[in-house]
Amino acid sequence: MSDAGSDFSGEDGSQEDIMTPAELIAKLEETWLNERFSPELLENKSEMVECVMEQLMHMEENLQRVKKGDVKASIHRMEIDRIRFVLSSYLRSRLQKVEKFFPHVLEKEKSRSEGDPSFLSPEEFAFAKEYMANTETYLKAVALKHMPPNLQQVDMLKAVPEPCLDCFVFLRVKERQENILVEPETDDQREYVVDLDEGSQHLMRYRTIAPLVSSGAVQLI
Amino acid sequence: MFCEKAVELIRELHRMGDGQLPAFSEDSIRQVLEEMKALYEQNQSDVNEAKCEGKSELIPTIKFRHCCLLRNQRCVAAYLYDRLLRIRALRWEYGSVLPANIRFHMCAEELEWFNQYKKSLATFMRSLGGDEGLDITQDMKPPKSLYIEVRCLKDHGEFEIDDGTVILLKKNSQVYLRIKLSYIHLNTHFFFIDDYFYIIVRLIVLYIAQTLLKK
Repeated sequence: MSDAGSDFSGEDGSQEDIMTPAELIAKLEETWLNERFSPELLENKSEMVECVMEQLMHMEENLQRVKKGDVKASIHRMEIDRIRFVLSSYLRSRLQKVEKFFPHVLEKEKSRSEGDPSFLSPEEFAFAKEYMANTETYLKAVALKHMPPNLQQVDMLKAVPEPCLDCFVFLRVKERQENILVEPETDDQREYVVDLDEGSQHLMRYRTIAPLVSSGAVQLI
Repeated sequence: MFCEKAVELIRELHRMGDGQLPAFSEDSIRQVLEEMKALYEQNQSDVNEAKCEGKSELIPTIKFRHCCLLRNQRCVAAYLYDRLLRIRALRWEYGSVLPANIRFHMCAEELEWFNQYKKSLATFMRSLGGDEGLDITQDMKPPKSLYIEVRCLKDHGEFEIDDGTVILLKKNSQVYLRIKLSYIHLNTHFFFIDDYFYIIVRLIVLYIAQTLLKK
């Protein structure tokens, strides 16, 4: 795929396995699809983002050395463009969710305990805080400060809608799962249990399979 | 009837679909705020009366006015927030510099919000892995092909591409450019040749390349 050919390890070398560039790009695509189809912000993967950016830089450098007009160079350049598109789309998707649900995202970050993984990278967290401050300043300056004293605050957590976790998503099962509890849809039904076989595809409520997405057991499609 | 002006604000935004930004209705907002002030003052005096003279029959009116106040606040906040969302979309569509006719529709605070948003976004993009960061406002569509053919609308003179070659952009000349670079200038200097025409050209080029490689 790329001329780089060298093996890549994640930033956190002790815990991550060494990945080939092909595996890294495959992982990027999976993470991208999950983020695109999930209604809420998924776990932050900054080491993967950094690895991909390093990989892109390597590929660009290699291309500079190839003589111009070589057909292989255009194919590699297209590959670089494609990878950059996937990465940009992934980051854009995350940023849009941060903007859309900013009070809830910040609240979640505030209330998480020390050991839990962060959903926001430090840069996204800074961006979310600035976005919130900016919006609050604007609302205050234009309208709220002219309103009666008891109405000068707007509770952002109530005003901005939460992500809809009950929406339906398509998924493909990567690891066999047993005894997934499915909630009843109507009053006549009762809750029941399904087994998810490897390779099968389903349409389910996101809420039911949310933990499986973060563990990597299912892939949203 | 109370809250009519506030609902009119919402209706005005709802009418303009497609994320267009109408002019900022400063007058309407001012009227809603005045109505809120009047309602609040009436409530203040009624609350005092109810407390001092025990006129509990005023309480439903007080509650009603309070509901109107809350509704006005909610409508105004919704109007302003929806405008912000539209302005945010403008940054992604037009880039950092907004056309003058759009800027004209924004009030001073909205321009300030836009500038702050631009800055936050730029800081974020610069911080993405590596020294220069990654401009995620580019690459909005999946790359279908490496080059696109564009026609220059204005005389731009010489233009240097990132691999060092210099091309001369004269009015009405047609050039192959890498897609990444083209987006920057697309809104001002160029337009796309029809996809159809481009596909024919690309097929011809590929055919020639193949024949040459076979030799």
